[in-house]
Amino acid sequence: MTVVEALSTAPEPVAPLPRGAGPIALARRWWRALTSMRTALVLLFLLAVAAVPGSLLPQRSLSQSNVAAYFAEHPDLAPWLDRLRLFDVFSSPWFAAIYLLLFVSLLGCILPRTRQHWRVVRQPPPSVPARLDRLPLSQDTAVDVPTPEAADVAVARLRAQRWRVVRRDPAGVVEISAEKGYLREVGNLVFHGALVVLLAGLAYGRLSGYEGSILVEEGAGFCNSFQQYDTYRNGPLAGAGDLAPLCADLDAFSTEYADNFTPTRFRADLTYTRELGGPAATYPLEVNSPLRTDGVRLYLTGHGYSPRFTITYPDGSQFTDLSAPFLPEDPTTLASTGTLKLPDRPGEGVGEDDQLAVEGFFVPTAADLGDNRLVSVDPRPLNPAVAIVVYQGSLGLDSGAPQNVFRLDQTQIERGVLAEVASGNLFTGQSLTLPDGTEIRFEGYRQWAALQLSHDPGQLVVLGAAVAALIGLLGSLVVRRRRIWVRCVPAPADGPQAASRTVVQVGGLARSDNPGFAAQFQELVDAITGPVARED
Amino acid sequence: MAVNDTLAAWSDTAFTASIVVYSVAIVGYAGEYAFGRQGRVARTSAAQTGPAPVGTIEGPPNRQHMATRLGRVGLAGTALGALMQLLSLTLRGVAAGRAPWANMFEFASAVALVAVVAFLWVQYSAPKLRHLGLFVLVPVVFVLVYAGLELYTEAAPLIAALRSYWLVIHVAAAIISVGVLFTSGVLAALYLVRQRYERGLIEDAPAPKAIVALGPRLPDATVLDRLSYRLVAFAFPIFTFMVIAGAIWAESAWGRFWGWDPKETWALIVWLVYAGYLHARATAGWKGTKAARINLLGFFAITFNFLVINLVVAGLHSYSGLT
Repeated sequence: MTVVEALSTAPEPVAPLPRGAGPIALARRWWRALTSMRTALVLLFLLAVAAVPGSLLPQRSLSQSNVAAYFAEHPDLAPWLDRLRLFDVFSSPWFAAIYLLLFVSLLGCILPRTRQHWRVVRQPPPSVPARLDRLPLSQDTAVDVPTPEAADVAVARLRAQRWRVVRRDPAGVVEISAEKGYLREVGNLVFHGALVVLLAGLAYGRLSGYEGSILVEEGAGFCNSFQQYDTYRNGPLAGAGDLAPLCADLDAFSTEYADNFTPTRFRADLTYTRELGGPAATYPLEVNSPLRTDGVRLYLTGHGYSPRFTITYPDGSQFTDLSAPFLPEDPTTLASTGTLKLPDRPGEGVGEDDQLAVEGFFVPTAADLGDNRLVSVDPRPLNPAVAIVVYQGSLGLDSGAPQNVFRLDQTQIERGVLAEVASGNLFTGQSLTLPDGTEIRFEGYRQWAALQLSHDPGQLVVLGAAVAALIGLLGSLVVRRRRIWVRCVPAPADGPQAASRTVVQVGGLARSDNPGFAAQFQELVDAITGPVARED
Repeated sequence: MAVNDTLAAWSDTAFTASIVVYSVAIVGYAGEYAFGRQGRVARTSAAQTGPAPVGTIEGPPNRQHMATRLGRVGLAGTALGALMQLLSLTLRGVAAGRAPWANMFEFASAVALVAVVAFLWVQYSAPKLRHLGLFVLVPVVFVLVYAGLELYTEAAPLIAALRSYWLVIHVAAAIISVGVLFTSGVLAALYLVRQRYERGLIEDAPAPKAIVALGPRLPDATVLDRLSYRLVAFAFPIFTFMVIAGAIWAESAWGRFWGWDPKETWALIVWLVYAGYLHARATAGWKGTKAARINLLGFFAITFNFLVINLVVAGLHSYSGLT
């Protein structure tokens, strides 16, 4: 029977390859295997399984320090996992291999189907099958009008319901083919095509984008240049010259808290210029509300306190208003730790062994536990205090190895070239005097904000593709492909009005899962034959 | 904006009440199921599969009457419990002055509500399947009790990162899709039972005892398969929309639209599995049992994403409110 078409997803029968078949035949076979639905399904699940370790093991792209901690915890296992790229799953060659194969398989499936559907759309619906009663749905109805009129009614009704209708008039009989729901396959193709565009947009954004992050204290600022950032990452197509000439200063930072110290609002008041020496504008930068300008986005990603110190050396020379950002240890009370490093001191003939470092523990609101220990009880700076340990000696900054700005190089202490000279708890305005007479005075604090600047030119492509994919998906799930055939045959000439009677045969076929089609078919048959149906 | 403690307390009361009412409904459904051996349930399944393999199916009329009554108790309990849950969530939202789905407790409760509503839709479109409420409500009550015992969090205001209208859109889409997929998963499991039972009838492959006990009173396997599919077909675009909305929100909150945060990764895994289900259902050799297993695998991935990723794996989506 001609109407029963093979499912496009049905496996094609595979004949054994003749001995000595050429490489082209072999390649064709491989191509067919790769683009088959079974392979696509397997690749789909493989991709899902491959993503699992990326969510359970620490990833370098998310947190370098978590990976380092994992290495410390599992010294035997970690190097092996690393060899398998399990700490960089999403940029690993094997992960890429799976999704690239999946997309090749997808393209190999949708390109032929696009061509096929293009042909289907341009062709009229197939002609009426010989035996309508063999279709899943069929019904014969006798009507009291001549054949051409009955056919006219059927065509009009079908057209009114936006069916695509073709009428053929072989001798004495009228045959009508109608089809509906072409958008189902269109939606299907749009969905899969949009996924390919989405992947391309992702890749383009990765290659041409960049991202830098920097910690800025109140009163300070930065410019969008990669030398200034604390961390910077760029795609191979993003050069240093492509960075938008944006500069921003942090004027003030403020937080609001609910009763239970839930932070309900962070706000960084910025003054920025879009080009060097250009007009300045202000922007209240908040979480969920980045600054978007000139293709870059500036985000507020964190905040904390920087204690301020004034250091007076025995010779009277002074450093005023020194500060160093401290990292919050406790996100609720913002108790923070950090280090202020002073490699240079004023005066003649001062050597490298005379460097100073202040290691500290800052609490925005101190509570006295009575045993000389500081505890933070509130994230707001109501009663700031700092516990400090002061070191003198060589900080080892000239060794060439990069140092953590928040911590001292412990090896310098172990080697005995850096030694603790004093310690104490300071509230605002209090000071600590070192054995050599140097005075360290705690002046208070200023706040800092962690800022991130991102540029991703592929973003809009990805968004557009995602929306197109969603629309295509809806089309492919909601629209239903179905066919209706009508044959109007003059009734057997046995009655008095035989010439004006017609038997209307209707057959229906749902080409996709469609439980409501039977009811719809009945309605349609009633609509086609209703106005002219014979009263029985 | 402080939390209104009185309303929050009423919300908790309504939550407990919903569990009680659902439990009553379970008793009703179970009763209908038990008496249904000779009543409506048996006739329904017999009508779909031909004569039952065991003797007479017509029981004494008073027993049928009893089964119908108990079934109505089940249905009424389901609807009343859903209203209680709706009340509980609404009160919480008003008490905290925000959308009532900002922590795991509220999310689980809302998902259970959607699952119940999805089942009420199934009942509406196929009233003969009423007695299946038993298999939906038992896991729903389990989820609610677990949420109340292990995930309970006081009504509290939102942290800054969650203060966005995307919370309403993204999380609502997550709740609706996950709730509907929950009910779909239940139907897929029932499909597997019924399928095995039907195979035992036609082939020389006797089904295990539990399946023989359960199978006769379940509807036809094709009915279960189709309902399960329709729920996925409804939920999958919403899940897709949820991922897109999440990406848009992440772009403005975290500085990138996709960053392989564990929660994001698992959303993709779940999406891939259900995409696999939809393809499998249209592929020769994967239809039926295999597709139903994929459906269950999808719901397992959702559960893993909810419990393990939120509670064990640290990520940006750590909004459980649990300490």
